[in-house]
Amino acid sequence: MAENKARPMHGGPKGPGRRGMMGPRPKIENPGKLFKRLMGYVFKKYGVLYVIIILCIITSVLCNIQGTMFMQTLIDNYIKPMLADNSHDFSGLNHAIMRVAGFYALGVIVSFLQQQIMIIITQGTMRSLRKDIFDHMQSLPIKYFDTHSHGDIMSVYTNDVDSLRQMISQSIPQIINSGITIVSVLSCMIFLSIPLTLVTLAMVAVMLYTSKTLAGFSGGFFMKQQKDLGATNGFVEEMLTGQKVVKVFCHEDKNIEKFNELNEQLCESANNAHKFSNIMMPINGQLGNISYVLVAITGGILAINGVGGLTLGKLASFLTFNKSFNMPINQVSQQVNFIVMALAGAQRVFALLDEEPEVDDGYVMLVNARYNEAGEIEETKEHTGMWAWKHFHKADGTTTYVKQEGNVEFLGVDFGYNDKKIVLHDIKMYAHSGEKIAFVGSTGAGKTTITNLINRFYDIQDGKIRYDGININKIKKADLRKSLGMVLQDTHLFTATVKENIRYGKLDATDEEVYAAAKLANADEFIRRLPQGYDTVLTGDGANLSQGQRQLLSIARAAIADPPALILDEATSSIDTRTEKIVQEGMDKLMEGRTTFVIAHRLSTIQNSDCIMVLEQGRIIERGNHEDLLKQKGRYYQLYTGNLVLS
Amino acid sequence: MLKTLAAQIGEYKKVSIMTPIVMILEVIMEMVIPLLMASIIDEGVEKGNIQHIFLIGILMIIAAAFALLCGILGGAFGAKASTGFAKNLRKAMFEKIQTFSFANIDRFSTGSLVTRMTTDVTNLQNAYQMILRMCFRAPISLICAMFMSFMVNARLASIYLGAVCILGIIIVLIVKNAMKFFTQMFEKYDVLNSKVQENVSSIRVVKAFVREEHEKSLFEKALQAVYDIGIKAERTVALNMPSMMLAVYSCILLISWMGAKMIVQNELTTGELMMLLAYCMNILMNLLMLSMIFVMMTMSQASAKRIYEVLTEEPDIKNPENPVYHVKDGSIVFDHVTFRYYKDSEKPVLNDVSLSIKAGETIGILGGTGSAKSTLANLISRLYDVDEGSIKVGGRDVREYDLETIRNEVSVVLQKNVLFSGSILDNLRWGKEDATEEECIRACKLACADEFIEKMPEAYETYIEQGGTNVSGGQRQRLCIARALLKNPKILILDDSTSAVDTATDAKIRKAFREEIPDVTKLIIAQRISSIQDADRILVLDNGEINGFGSHEELLAGNEIYMDVYKAQTQGKESEEGGEING
Repeated sequence: MAENKARPMHGGPKGPGRRGMMGPRPKIENPGKLFKRLMGYVFKKYGVLYVIIILCIITSVLCNIQGTMFMQTLIDNYIKPMLADNSHDFSGLNHAIMRVAGFYALGVIVSFLQQQIMIIITQGTMRSLRKDIFDHMQSLPIKYFDTHSHGDIMSVYTNDVDSLRQMISQSIPQIINSGITIVSVLSCMIFLSIPLTLVTLAMVAVMLYTSKTLAGFSGGFFMKQQKDLGATNGFVEEMLTGQKVVKVFCHEDKNIEKFNELNEQLCESANNAHKFSNIMMPINGQLGNISYVLVAITGGILAINGVGGLTLGKLASFLTFNKSFNMPINQVSQQVNFIVMALAGAQRVFALLDEEPEVDDGYVMLVNARYNEAGEIEETKEHTGMWAWKHFHKADGTTTYVKQEGNVEFLGVDFGYNDKKIVLHDIKMYAHSGEKIAFVGSTGAGKTTITNLINRFYDIQDGKIRYDGININKIKKADLRKSLGMVLQDTHLFTATVKENIRYGKLDATDEEVYAAAKLANADEFIRRLPQGYDTVLTGDGANLSQGQRQLLSIARAAIADPPALILDEATSSIDTRTEKIVQEGMDKLMEGRTTFVIAHRLSTIQNSDCIMVLEQGRIIERGNHEDLLKQKGRYYQLYTGNLVLS
Repeated sequence: MLKTLAAQIGEYKKVSIMTPIVMILEVIMEMVIPLLMASIIDEGVEKGNIQHIFLIGILMIIAAAFALLCGILGGAFGAKASTGFAKNLRKAMFEKIQTFSFANIDRFSTGSLVTRMTTDVTNLQNAYQMILRMCFRAPISLICAMFMSFMVNARLASIYLGAVCILGIIIVLIVKNAMKFFTQMFEKYDVLNSKVQENVSSIRVVKAFVREEHEKSLFEKALQAVYDIGIKAERTVALNMPSMMLAVYSCILLISWMGAKMIVQNELTTGELMMLLAYCMNILMNLLMLSMIFVMMTMSQASAKRIYEVLTEEPDIKNPENPVYHVKDGSIVFDHVTFRYYKDSEKPVLNDVSLSIKAGETIGILGGTGSAKSTLANLISRLYDVDEGSIKVGGRDVREYDLETIRNEVSVVLQKNVLFSGSILDNLRWGKEDATEEECIRACKLACADEFIEKMPEAYETYIEQGGTNVSGGQRQRLCIARALLKNPKILILDDSTSAVDTATDAKIRKAFREEIPDVTKLIIAQRISSIQDADRILVLDNGEINGFGSHEELLAGNEIYMDVYKAQTQGKESEEGGEING
């Protein structure tokens, strides 16, 4: 059996706003391409809106600059002259203020627009991204779920999509904003004074250099922190999962000791990581202040000496520009960090979206059928209880109908979860319509694997499986699976009412059909005793039900689908004998008249099977009915009489 | 709640206090800079006093350097305090959880405990750092800037006061509304996430029933709900920025206009005007910062509450004051024992159970789901405490023994058992820390585990993955039995521990037990009648009460449940013996 038990999903971040720690993630291959693809994704749907946003950003930056330039106008053009000629004519000033007020108002409006549109884009993109991921996930083969931890898949939906949100809604507009600001402020500065611009640029160089150095330091520590955090969380998860065992073995003190060790390590690396990223801000801030002072001093000297036509008003404006020049540069370096994180998330998102979906080249379909007057099978729309395989032959363009009977044939089937390790060898078997085939054997013998091949959860490496004489590769997967009911050992119920859970087998089932299915499965009685009967909401895989009850519900769920053939994985011993009897009865009723493949643990099931396959290490080592096998005195005899060894 | 959490600051109290102090110093320095700036313009540039420009310029650089120092220290202290706080929180929680009894563990689910120790701690750590670094800085900065503005010019400064008040009210309204929406959004997110999780773990069911499209439409509905409320929440928050811009711009305009007039009337200097404008930005930015802090703190409140719950949970079972360290023998006596998992449940799980087991006996326990088999077993090693009556092991009440002693002497193989990541030997040594390899091998032989271990490429050094995923169910169970045997217990309890082991091996294990450890009292809980029918006595439990207690033959003669179960499980054999064969 494949070791593909669902790993427990523990907590994990919920919802947005709980981003992981900042810091470098694994290397990203081809970030440019990834970025292009991501933006393409956004633009495909919201291209126009995004362009509007960029226009908004440009407008708002220009308005802002207008405001800053106004300082100069205010001082040089109005205050100075008024002071000089001592006039009290404010009409010009009033006019100028009105003009700036207009720009400001425009700035506020575009910024409002920009934010509101951005929300539509981000929420919409997240929605379609999640939808695409989910839709694609549904198309992936079971193998994908075997080879990826459930926690990792979950984290794509939560952490990764969330980091993309941050990037789309904040980082990119921020960078555009900063970029435009930098360019326009720089040109204004050059226009105002070239020497002062040089001073400012020199300081920017210093700032960038320090940022880079610090980021290098802090990056290393962040990496270390992530590693330590992983180790600590892993330990916590493992130990808390086994907490009861820890208690039974009195391992508490040893655990605390080990935990403290990990915890101290984590604290140290976290401290280092945070320290360096914390001091980045004040350092840049103060370097900004120093830049400001330098400009003030140089500017002051220049203004006094009247070099380069620098006026007091120009200096005042320049100083403001100096501030608004340093800010976006800091922001860009910060946002780049976020983008790197987001790209790491994008990489995982696209990796999931790029996973090869389950291939389905099948074209044979399952249709409702009936005999026409001529005694031939013909297709019909209504539910007749009779099914046929609609087989279109490409070669001659004809369509034939084969009655669905449930004959299944394995011809020399080899299978492995990967090509290197074959787990089933040369399986040959034949199940006639209405027969019951039991698989027995020890854990890991390959029982579950065989049943997973019939409904094509996995594709075989070699050999052939035929269903009513048709190679199952030719049958559309959906139709193949519809024709096979399945009751799994792990029941997997959904968060919904009991009724909805049963209806899962047939979505348009009436209430009466639900009750009938529940009765058939012997589930009706206990359901009616639940607080809200059929409307009781099950949570967390039916955690509020006993294992036996869950099993009964999953039988009812299969029963309502009324499939022509069945795959049953009997629950093992965790059900008590009395419930087991009820479950057994339910299963027996379900199996009546259907081809059934059952992974059997119960004597009664095994005994009345038409054929028993004894599996060991991926091979059928014995086959036959109960009495034949007993006579062979082989492995089956051993298994069967195991409980008699000592008596 | 605050007190409990604050207690975890512990040795980081000093840096925790230092952080806001240096942050405030930084703010003050930053406030001085515009002041000096004004002086440069008014005294230096306007009057052509280069010396003054230099002097003040140097002062400004000193101030900036000092602010830088404070900023760096603030960053370093803040990091140290918050990561230290997180460390202490984790430590306190982990230690607390180690004292939890089974009942405590049941009350929290494992998953929730893990989230509390990871995500919630991280949330608090970030919030704490934010509080230390910003919570004092922002208001002080705001007050300083306000104070300075008033110093410069009270009339103009009063404009700020008005703007701050109006903006404050607007922000409070926005935050309040947004919080409401965000809370709703988190709920919808939970629904969405659980939908994803269900689909990931139940993908086989989805595919078997060909319900991909159905699931897609359900998911889309959940997605739409998140989208709708998300838009509402974010739209509300997004009002913050334009309101602030509106306030800033209005202030700038008003101040420019009034300032210009005042300058002309010689009531204000140009430098002062510049200063006022600089403070204006500062004040309003700080207000915005405060609103962000507010949102963040409300968000981390939930995490704080969840951590608090763990820290204040009282362990149900504690070591007695003068514990007994020696267990005489493996005899067990239940004296009118009644037990319930929840104090308020009407019907007890175990109801007035009395029985007596001699040392060295092998007892089989049989009964339906919910008949309290596991409960009965767990009470013996004091994993839970009885509500009424008492349990004696070796002639003494279990509550008199040292917890570690009783749990080592009564070795339970739990129904839901786990192996830990590490080699097989590492796992076995959980039973006995200093066990030699020979001891381990002997235990494995007893548990019939050696046969498969030997076949593994690295035998006893084989690495077991977390949760024991790389061994089969039956192998895992046998390893768990071996691990329990290494304790050399006086009482061994197997709680349905051979369910995945085939019957032949199961029989071999029991045979080994009988021959190799005859003095150990053995309690075997099983569903398979073959696992217990050769026990000395069999206890039949039904609904928390003793239904029958006797040997196989006795029960077969007079116990209805036992007969039923026996018949159901051995039907085939009887018919075979009679020569009649089904089918």
